[in-house]
Amino acid sequence: MEYYLSMFIRAVFIENMALAFFLGMCTFIAVSKKIQAAIGLGIAVVVVLTITVPVNNLIYNYLLADGALAWAGFPDVDLSFLGLLSYIGVIAAIVQILEMFLDKYVPALYNALGVFLPLITVNCAILGSALWMVERDYNFTESVVFGAGSGVGFALAITALAGIREKLKYSDVPQGLQGLGITFIIVGLMSLGFMSFGGIDL
Amino acid sequence: MSEMKKTLTDPIFNNNPIGLQILGICSALAVTTSMSVSLVMCIALTTVVAFSNLTIALIRNQIPNNIRIIVQMTVIASLVIVVDQVLKAVAYEISKQLSVFVGLIITNCIVMGRAEAFAMKNPPFESFVDGLGNGLGYSVVLLTVGFIRELFGAGTLFGVEVLPLVTEGGWYNPNGLLLLSPSAFFIIGLLIWALRAWKTEQVEEPEFKLASHVVAREGA
Repeated sequence: MEYYLSMFIRAVFIENMALAFFLGMCTFIAVSKKIQAAIGLGIAVVVVLTITVPVNNLIYNYLLADGALAWAGFPDVDLSFLGLLSYIGVIAAIVQILEMFLDKYVPALYNALGVFLPLITVNCAILGSALWMVERDYNFTESVVFGAGSGVGFALAITALAGIREKLKYSDVPQGLQGLGITFIIVGLMSLGFMSFGGIDL
Repeated sequence: MSEMKKTLTDPIFNNNPIGLQILGICSALAVTTSMSVSLVMCIALTTVVAFSNLTIALIRNQIPNNIRIIVQMTVIASLVIVVDQVLKAVAYEISKQLSVFVGLIITNCIVMGRAEAFAMKNPPFESFVDGLGNGLGYSVVLLTVGFIRELFGAGTLFGVEVLPLVTEGGWYNPNGLLLLSPSAFFIIGLLIWALRAWKTEQVEEPEFKLASHVVAREGA
């Protein structure tokens, strides 16, 4: 239990998707103008990551990895080169299914997430987590914890950035830095802040 | 011909994918700690974006509109798999350093963005050139950031010593921060500032203007 807890904390703070690995930067910067939108996107990312990382983990371990097809009678087949195509397909499909499911059964959440749900397919944080999971050889439980943790980390970072940017409109920013430029510098400072978690070894 | 040249050179400074369109930032930040890695990343991305544009432009009239995203994804993912396998075969060390970021070219918004915005509407050759141009625009930013980070962070360029380090008996004391993630954000932020100081038409209008300072008159 303790192992999973520390893994979760590490995924949220120390190895924060957005601020330490730069994943999901495009949406991170594009959708952080309003705090409400940022929270919506954050929740969507948590949900999608918690589902897709474990599913991709199963697909990798039972279909794609070297010798994974032994249960079907093909012990010599190595399909790992198909990884990228399968992960992105799985992510797109799950996002689509989730969208239909929420539309039918949880319309309140569906309306809250709105346009962000389909956008998530092309968020690099989602594919990135799947690829990290494969590269670090996580088992099923680890991948659930890792997926949830990195989702929470992303949500935390984007909400914090949106809060700062909402306050920023009262400040006098130099002309050329207006908009994108100052956002980058703020994210840099936030990333410095998150680095202070770096020394913590759980 | 001049049209063609414009398609090629426009994305480099006037309509830079990173500086203006906010596309493909993730990888721009993560792989720039050394020049050789950034260079490989640039080549990989430029290849993928040029050929995905070409392929999608070739079949653009056959793609049904409502499944076009899936078709584009499949084309891009297949190209990335090819690039990934070639890198693993030819430059294994560097492909290890790039780790997941080669795979992430799939979700790099530049590729998707150009396929959707340009290749779906234009003939193959123009699309190919547009892909090359956007790849180059991306490369310019990436290589500049990589140059600054490697030179001042480690005192080397492409792994060759340029500024002799104090630890090895030289005079240069490296700035360790440049090898860490925050520096990439600062450098790109400042680059955008520099670009917009030069090309002032790219400056974004502030959402709110500060009212000028007024002093209340006495007795009013």
